[in-house]
Amino acid sequence: MTTTLPQAPAGDAGPPPAGPSGVRRALALARNTWRALTSMRTALILLFLLAVAALPGALLPQRTPSPNAVDDYLTQHPTLGPFLDELGFFDVFATPWFAAIYLLLFISLIGCLVPRSFEHVRGLRTEPVSVPRNLARLPHHAQSTADDDPDAVVDAARRRLRGWRVAVREEPDGVRTLSAEKGALREVGNLVFHLSLVALLLGVAIGKIFGYEGQVIVMADGSEFCNSGIYAYDSFRPGLDVDGTGLDPFCFTVDDFRATFRPDGQPDSFGANVRYQDADAVQDGDPTWQPHALAVNDPLRVDGERVYLLGHGYAPRFTVTFPNGQQRTGLVQWRPVDQATLLSEGATKIDPPGVTDEAQRRRSQLAITGLFAPTSSGGGLVTSVFPALDNPEVAVDVLRGDLGLDSGRAQSIFTVDQGMIDQGRLVRVARENIKPGGEITLDDGTRVHFDGVENWVSLQVSHDPAQTAVLIAAIALLGGLTLSLTVRRRRFWVRATPALPSTTGGRTVVVLGGLARTDRAGYGEEFGRLAAELAPPRADEVGADGADGAAGRARPDPEVPPDAAEVTDADQDVDRDVDAEPGPDDDGKDDDGR
Amino acid sequence: MVVDAQLGSYGDLLFGSALAVYVLAMILHAVEYALSRNLAPVEEDARVPVAAGAGSSSDPAGTTGTTATTDTDAPRPPRSRAERYGRTGVSLTVLGFGLHLAMLVVRGLAAERVPWGNMYEFSAAVCLVAVGAWLVVLYRRPELRRLGAFVLLPVIVLMFLAGTVLYTQTAPVVPALRSYWLAIHVTAAVIASGILLLAGVASVLYLLRRVHDGNPARFAWTARLPGADALDRTAYRATAIAFPIWTFAVITGAIWAEAAWGRYWGWDPKETTAFIAWIVYACYLHARSTAGWRGRPAATINVIGFAVMVFNLFFVNIVVTGLHSYAGLPG
Ligand code: HEM
Repeated sequence: MTTTLPQAPAGDAGPPPAGPSGVRRALALARNTWRALTSMRTALILLFLLAVAALPGALLPQRTPSPNAVDDYLTQHPTLGPFLDELGFFDVFATPWFAAIYLLLFISLIGCLVPRSFEHVRGLRTEPVSVPRNLARLPHHAQSTADDDPDAVVDAARRRLRGWRVAVREEPDGVRTLSAEKGALREVGNLVFHLSLVALLLGVAIGKIFGYEGQVIVMADGSEFCNSGIYAYDSFRPGLDVDGTGLDPFCFTVDDFRATFRPDGQPDSFGANVRYQDADAVQDGDPTWQPHALAVNDPLRVDGERVYLLGHGYAPRFTVTFPNGQQRTGLVQWRPVDQATLLSEGATKIDPPGVTDEAQRRRSQLAITGLFAPTSSGGGLVTSVFPALDNPEVAVDVLRGDLGLDSGRAQSIFTVDQGMIDQGRLVRVARENIKPGGEITLDDGTRVHFDGVENWVSLQVSHDPAQTAVLIAAIALLGGLTLSLTVRRRRFWVRATPALPSTTGGRTVVVLGGLARTDRAGYGEEFGRLAAELAPPRADEVGADGADGAAGRARPDPEVPPDAAEVTDADQDVDRDVDAEPGPDDDGKDDDGR
Repeated sequence: MVVDAQLGSYGDLLFGSALAVYVLAMILHAVEYALSRNLAPVEEDARVPVAAGAGSSSDPAGTTGTTATTDTDAPRPPRSRAERYGRTGVSLTVLGFGLHLAMLVVRGLAAERVPWGNMYEFSAAVCLVAVGAWLVVLYRRPELRRLGAFVLLPVIVLMFLAGTVLYTQTAPVVPALRSYWLAIHVTAAVIASGILLLAGVASVLYLLRRVHDGNPARFAWTARLPGADALDRTAYRATAIAFPIWTFAVITGAIWAEAAWGRYWGWDPKETTAFIAWIVYACYLHARSTAGWRGRPAATINVIGFAVMVFNLFFVNIVVTGLHSYAGLPG
């Protein structure tokens, strides 16, 4: 392939400069690399690599979607874990090596398909290939004689082959031939399929760049959420090009939440009633709110965003009455520790009102912390036996002192700072189980009243501008694939040799041949039907085989002139496609294609 | 949602009967296989209607029926003992299929939903499709009957596992699974899996048969199988039908995920494995059109693809917990 003989430029007698030769060699190398990259073999290997590379994503926990599982794995496998982590095995789909494989694959795909598309269009403009010399060697063939002359035979065939691409040609000695092709849609399907893959990948990429996902917990008591910026969320995952400004500023309120459970505790249905205003309404100061019933599998779609109901839990409401008569109400979500019974834990933290002295304040902060059971087992040790709010009870410690809220360290909203307890700066002043309406009175006369329980919902707001495009690409992909796997590309040939009194008994000899150009078998039946119409078996000739005429004609007709069935390899121009040798691609026998 | 326990227990009864009938059918097929002599090539193609005489040049194994038509209208020879066993096996398979179908209908009526809401029902439904696909193959190409025992074996194993390890009582599904996309997505997955099971069996047998063809001393028992070509073709056609269905299942799964979980694709373990299986089957179809990769390499890829499907059903549902773990297993 590479030529080592540098071509001397015209009129230059001296040794050729090294440059052009080097350039040529580089070009040759580039061309060969390109050819190798866009070959079917490479595509196959890259595809296989893609599958293998995705395997750790199925076998090992992944940071998205399950970061906690990754942490567990890392603690369980202290030696292997960090090594795998280094290689990116816990974030397979974001690693450079995974990206390298699919990028190469898609380069190969484009490099393969663009030329193929052009070739296909060119192929559609050229006439069907001429009739092979020896039709008897094709996987499907039949032969018979007719009373009509060759022109009439070919005309009849042309009429019968409506919808096929047909070319009629003449051969010497008055022989007429007809070539027909059908099934170009298969190639179209194949191209649509592969190009849709490219479109799909682009759509996914756009979504990753311009999309975002944010989670937020909202109390289901009429509380409002506005999509005004990242700070509105409890957690936020921006796309590569999202900085959290310019989000669609729609708002909604969560008016209520309802869950029903089956007797065994399995959830039966979840739903929340929300009201919302889209960004325009918010900006126009429109006072009307649209109602929507949010449910699992039924998100709220507003502007370009979707709001999902992901989960729910309980928030006990406490009212603390201080000795001076002032009141504070605490309402924060407690988190479920057991999904089956919704036993929850949490810490409701309360700052005393009207205390301006910092030191004083740090001695009198309160925390109500412990367990909440929606359906309490009763007894001294509270646990939950059912997830619904049938018999709520909390088992709480009331702590007083310095909650450490000003220490500058981030604090979980579900727990108190254990460090403060260890240092003795936060002390327990009561431990009790109470039901709604119940009250704990502390040593200083402060009363902690358990008012009742609110529901909270955890919501996700998702934004993906390319989502619809991805769906359309996926539908095109499926359509293309189905076309390409169901349409058969096939060729059909007729050769009509004029009657020669001496050899054919005064009849035109009709030889038919057929070839399916694709892997998809099942041409035989159609060929059989065509053959039965275009060259019906003649009872007087086929004789004993009459009952099974179609197959009978597969035998050489004794009266056919020898050269009509002559075997020559010279003219085996049946198919020049690389991938369509008649042998493995076409099987003449699997043909009952019902 | 009321679940009819009485009806559910009829379902269990039907499941047991279907399994028993399949076992019987498999035994009969195995007896047929043991009694029959090596397949003469002609038998295989006796039903080919047209132009059967031509393929010999493209078929070095000589299995194309050059003389295919010789006995088509000769009087039928009396049925051999082996054949009678085989035919009874087929009848029993049909009976088993009927019981199996009834079981899923009853299960669905009892739970008032599509009857593949947990792994037990899912596996049972996959087996039903596999047997159904097998009956279609039998109807079209009765000469493949000798595969009966080999098709029924994995079906029986899977059903046995479903009835023991995976068994769950009839119950409604959790809210996230209650969507008409569930019906569409899972139905497509069930159909594709069932057909791919058949393809996997054919490819395994093809590989064994090819080893035997290369060295007749090895896997001598495979000599009675249909020819390597017929096996290869069965595998291909099944895969070519199942692949777009599987693609459809993945796409509808993504649509459902978008409505239920807030994103159409999130590399949940189940999604990842479905993707891997899809890619492997795409490899298979590619291999079929790549010079030098037809035949054995392609069949190997097909077997790998089926292994991934099985892995997806068992490992991912039971061991890995993701959003998809709706196995409904106790504990
Ligand atoms: C993104 C990864 C790819 C996937 C998932 C994929 C999938 C498929 C599938 C399922 C088929 C079978 C459909 C049929 O038989 O018509 C197919 C066929 C084909 N693919 Fe791909 N492909 C990919 C990449 C490529 C690449 C990179 C190339 C070029 C180098 C390529 C070239 C072809 C060709 C030429 C066919 C038609 C084969 C035939 O004539 O039967 N594909 N592909």
